[in-house]
Amino acid sequence: MRKLMETLNLGALVLTTLALAPIVVAQSAALPRTANGHPDLSGTYDVSTLTPLQRPAEFGGKLFLTNDEAAVIAAQESRRNSDRNQASDPNRSAPPQGGDGSTGASGNVGGYNTFWIDRGTGAFQIDGQWRTSIIIDPSNGRMPAQTDTRRAERRARLGAGEAAPRREGGSNDGTAYWLDAGLEAPGPYDNMEQRPFAERCLLSFSSTGGPPMLPALYNNHKRIVQSEDTIIIQVEMVHEARVVRMNAEHDPAHIQKWLGDSIGWWEGDTLVVETTNFRDVPAFSQGSKDMKVTERFRMESPDQLVYTFTVEDDNVWTAPFTGEYAWPRSTNKVFEYACHEANYALEGIMKGARLLEAEFRGEEPEGVPNPTR
Amino acid sequence: MKSLSFSFSRVSSLVLGLLITVSPAMAQDIPRLLSGHPDMSGIWQVLNEANYDLEPHIARHSMQMREGPINPVPAIPTLRLGAVGAVPGSLGVIVGGGQIPYTPDARSLKEDNMANWIDRDPEVKCFLPGVPRATYIPMPFQIVQGDNDIFIAYQFAGAVRDIYMDNPGPSQVDSWMGWSVGEWEGDTLVVDVTGLAEGTWLDRSGSHHSYQLHVVERYTMISRNHIEYEATIEDPMVLTEPFTIKMPIYRRIEENARLMDFRCVEFVEELIYGEARRYPLPR
Repeated sequence: MRKLMETLNLGALVLTTLALAPIVVAQSAALPRTANGHPDLSGTYDVSTLTPLQRPAEFGGKLFLTNDEAAVIAAQESRRNSDRNQASDPNRSAPPQGGDGSTGASGNVGGYNTFWIDRGTGAFQIDGQWRTSIIIDPSNGRMPAQTDTRRAERRARLGAGEAAPRREGGSNDGTAYWLDAGLEAPGPYDNMEQRPFAERCLLSFSSTGGPPMLPALYNNHKRIVQSEDTIIIQVEMVHEARVVRMNAEHDPAHIQKWLGDSIGWWEGDTLVVETTNFRDVPAFSQGSKDMKVTERFRMESPDQLVYTFTVEDDNVWTAPFTGEYAWPRSTNKVFEYACHEANYALEGIMKGARLLEAEFRGEEPEGVPNPTR
Repeated sequence: MKSLSFSFSRVSSLVLGLLITVSPAMAQDIPRLLSGHPDMSGIWQVLNEANYDLEPHIARHSMQMREGPINPVPAIPTLRLGAVGAVPGSLGVIVGGGQIPYTPDARSLKEDNMANWIDRDPEVKCFLPGVPRATYIPMPFQIVQGDNDIFIAYQFAGAVRDIYMDNPGPSQVDSWMGWSVGEWEGDTLVVDVTGLAEGTWLDRSGSHHSYQLHVVERYTMISRNHIEYEATIEDPMVLTEPFTIKMPIYRRIEENARLMDFRCVEFVEELIYGEARRYPLPR
């Protein structure tokens, strides 16, 4: 029976191959293709890169890096990594109480080494040329100016609730500094909902899920699985599955989604994905609910995709902008990034703030119960 | 074929061949990929009580109970849910109709879990549901099948599973959703799941497992809109022998069926962290 089926299937396969043969010849023959003739984007990609989103000022209007410049960037990172990845000295003494006074979380009480950081090993190349920035339009490689309305909103937000605003991490001095403005003054740790999505394990930092999907400090894998009517883009951090409905229409505008509503179509050999229906604060958190992101996935070679995105949002930016970067194929598997299940940090952040407030008021802090999980 | 009511000896091999070709499983019009494998792409969901309790059970007052003066009554934390928190009955999904073959110690832990359900069930906390529970948590999941790939995205907690069809070897680390290695046995997709962390449960009745859990799932399309699902559960630390659960999975056939956001992390923040607010809300 199975033999019979195999024969039938083989027959179907041969017929299909014959039917598709003219198309395949007409297109770039080197690319892997699905049984239906589209480029086969399925696979795992490691999108880490040392090329920043916005172009460093030193490169001005220059889109490309020379080989020498790219080599310097790679060498610097390699040196930094070998320093940072040193095993911790088991005999080192405890950090001074309250940290060493430098900037950093809780005054830098120190931690283990940084073997887990994975920003990639170099700048990326597209069509054989090294890039200075992910953003290619505007031509200075920088995001366009924000609208006056958005700038005013941001100023208002910064002023509200923090009469003595201090940049978090920049001057986290281990005190309840927000109470400088009065013992009842609101602070940034009053409620969980005020904390960033990443601290709450709702999304990762750095818009890894986006769209636009951007590289981050670590856990940079993407996984594409492709069927005729649906394309899944799995994002390692935080185990997102973006579901792209092919040749479909957007859901009603009030159906807002964390990663937006994505529909896709093929333009020749390029997969185009359009995303709208964002929540008030999208994963790409500078944007607004009215943002539209158009992504293009082009297979430059069997080993590399070129990922291009255009962001349009009149509420926030005075002009659209476009970026692109390389997604080299990886032989790795995407490991599970379970964030919420062990999010002891958020509980610690909230309870830590309560302790600092008690200290600030000169109260003997009551015992803080241990984590409940 | 053993169930056919006539004797094989009276049937010529030619006739037998014809019979097999049109046997029920093969006769169904199921979607197939060009490779010939069944194409399970789509949005699916179970329609049963397995997530309440895998074992045969009659309906009961509540997911968590306490002793009452006459008979058991809902426990305080679930009391206000009324009928919404009650457990519907079922003959169970365990093949053979029995109970989970727990060791005596494991059975007592299950009962203790049941008595403390609301504090202990990882579903309440929006933790990744694990396998096989992800299948029968009563929310849709989406299978996307490429030429060589099978991926499952679950609505509950945004859980994901990549079914490795290229057998990459054993799991390297335990995870909530495990390490899934798939292969086709004829038209049945067989998925061997290991590397399952011990934090997940099997149902709302306290059915637990150890880190030695090993699940073998079998997905067989029995029609265009139905998958027969079977999972054999092996766990020598808590079970005296393996057991198998079996249930149909239904295609969500409505045109606007979608995997919607159910990012429940947000929904449990008040439960898990609320007491640490600067001005805690009444609880």
